[in-house]
Amino acid sequence: MNKVEASMAGTVWKVLVSEGDIVESGQDVIILESMKMEIPLSAEMDGKVSKITVNEGDFVAEGDVLLELVGI
Amino acid sequence: MNDQWTKELQERIQKIEAGGATKYHEKNAEQNKLFVRDRLELLLDPGSIRVEDGLFANCMEEGLPADGVVTVTGKMNGQTVCVMANDSTVKAGSWGSRTVEKIIRIQETAQKLKVPMLYLVDSAGARITDQLEMFPNRRGAGRIFYNQVKMSGMVPQVCILFGPSAAGGAYIPAFCDIVIMVDKNASMYLASPRMAEMVIGQKVTLEEMGGARMHCSVSGCGDVLAKNEEEAIEIARRYLSYFPANYKQKTSKIEAKSIQEGIRSIEEIVPDNQNVAFDMKEMIRAVIDADSFFEMKELFAKEIITGFARIDGRAVGIIANQSKMKTGSLFVDSADKSARFITLCDAFNIPLIFLSDIPGFMIGTQVERSGIIRHGAKMIAAMSEATVPKISIIVRKAYGAGLYAMAGPAFEPDCCLALPTAKIAVMGPEAAVNAVYSNKIAQLEESERNEFIQQKREEYQEDINLYRLASELIIDGIIAPERLRDELKERLELYESKEMIFSERKHPVYPV
Repeated sequence: MNKVEASMAGTVWKVLVSEGDIVESGQDVIILESMKMEIPLSAEMDGKVSKITVNEGDFVAEGDVLLELVGI
Repeated sequence: MNDQWTKELQERIQKIEAGGATKYHEKNAEQNKLFVRDRLELLLDPGSIRVEDGLFANCMEEGLPADGVVTVTGKMNGQTVCVMANDSTVKAGSWGSRTVEKIIRIQETAQKLKVPMLYLVDSAGARITDQLEMFPNRRGAGRIFYNQVKMSGMVPQVCILFGPSAAGGAYIPAFCDIVIMVDKNASMYLASPRMAEMVIGQKVTLEEMGGARMHCSVSGCGDVLAKNEEEAIEIARRYLSYFPANYKQKTSKIEAKSIQEGIRSIEEIVPDNQNVAFDMKEMIRAVIDADSFFEMKELFAKEIITGFARIDGRAVGIIANQSKMKTGSLFVDSADKSARFITLCDAFNIPLIFLSDIPGFMIGTQVERSGIIRHGAKMIAAMSEATVPKISIIVRKAYGAGLYAMAGPAFEPDCCLALPTAKIAVMGPEAAVNAVYSNKIAQLEESERNEFIQQKREEYQEDINLYRLASELIIDGIIAPERLRDELKERLELYESKEMIFSERKHPVYPV
């Protein structure tokens, strides 16, 4: 299993995938917004989105898990 | 002279130069470690002159050749340097009284000659059995650190960490200007995992406690992570090529190179949309001489980039915001990293170039609780005090105290120049309109709201218009991206004679 974590404190601006989607390593899955900047977060492995733990508009702290991936 | 005497001398020298017992040499080899004298061979210029003092230290005792440390004065890149190097084949490089005395003496030599001092560390620490002779007295181990503090900023001090640097010994790297750590082998800790388990009950591995990668990426105690010993030594040689021998001298200009081939133009690299990140390292490569970048703390606090480079053959120190990492905002660690780098460049007359693209200092409870204000103050203090040529380039945004930390106009840079993409303001348009008009916006009908916000943002943009800032002499000029390298080249040459005294006093009360 692989987790996508918030690289810094901010707001979840866009969730680009849904649970069950197949993603590739390097693909952007969530965009955070912080300090008036867009921060794209990408998957670190090929896999399936098993869980999305946040909604658009949520505040997240650095290190919070936003999304989980499982290998296929 | 009696042949027998010469023969005895030769034999004794050979024996000492061979270091510790064979089994320790074998253990070294197993760990991919080189013998101390082979390290020195790689470090110093091949075939160059060198002298060694204290070879016979502790020679009346069996099994303690040179008392476990080699101290030499020799040549590196043609420059005289002093070196102390622990011998891990002799009692694991531990320190006895003569070891300590030899280290102190080579430090004294470096001070008298005003030349760089290198510490090749691979030591288990104090020989506890010898503590009374080597630990507490006036010329005990404490004097090594006292000397280091005294020498800091006088001559470059370089540490290459090949093995452990434990307990008190861990302060040798702490007081050096740069710590190069060999991955897997180097470590630094006040107490070993064994001691930690005994005293506080914590169970961890050595790597977690004080490994090279941890120190270079998490604690910030290490500056450069090397793959192996050969690479670590090469890094030390490269590092010192940017430095003069001491604080009174300047680094010599070397032959200029053009920029790296195939690099995109700055216009292509820097996006117009202020909300989108880009790779500042690519932008750095677009202005410096090819292959001249030497990054400090590359793996630590990556939202700021600090490193040495050459422009037209001249050594410079670059401090640049990396929007790709944590938006390029300044955090506690990035402020510390910058303060340290600025102080290092200023101590050795290396001009500073600031490349700003900064949304500001990070905000929120996490950073406030970590003391972002006092950490930020360190960076602003170091940058203010720097009297070397100080060139401030606003690449894109420079908002809030970010403008200040990146050598904004109030901090007496020799010039503050903007690229056409620059935006200088207390905050960005979105945040500013919200801050000023939030009550008004709340009172408006939904239908009017967007139009109002849009109008105010446009007014704000006009207020911070770059030509207006130039007209008010807030910035000294606006330059086309393709002119940037030439502009830097020319200004570095023209600013060479800069000389100033920042302030009159004993010393500042440093923010910490």
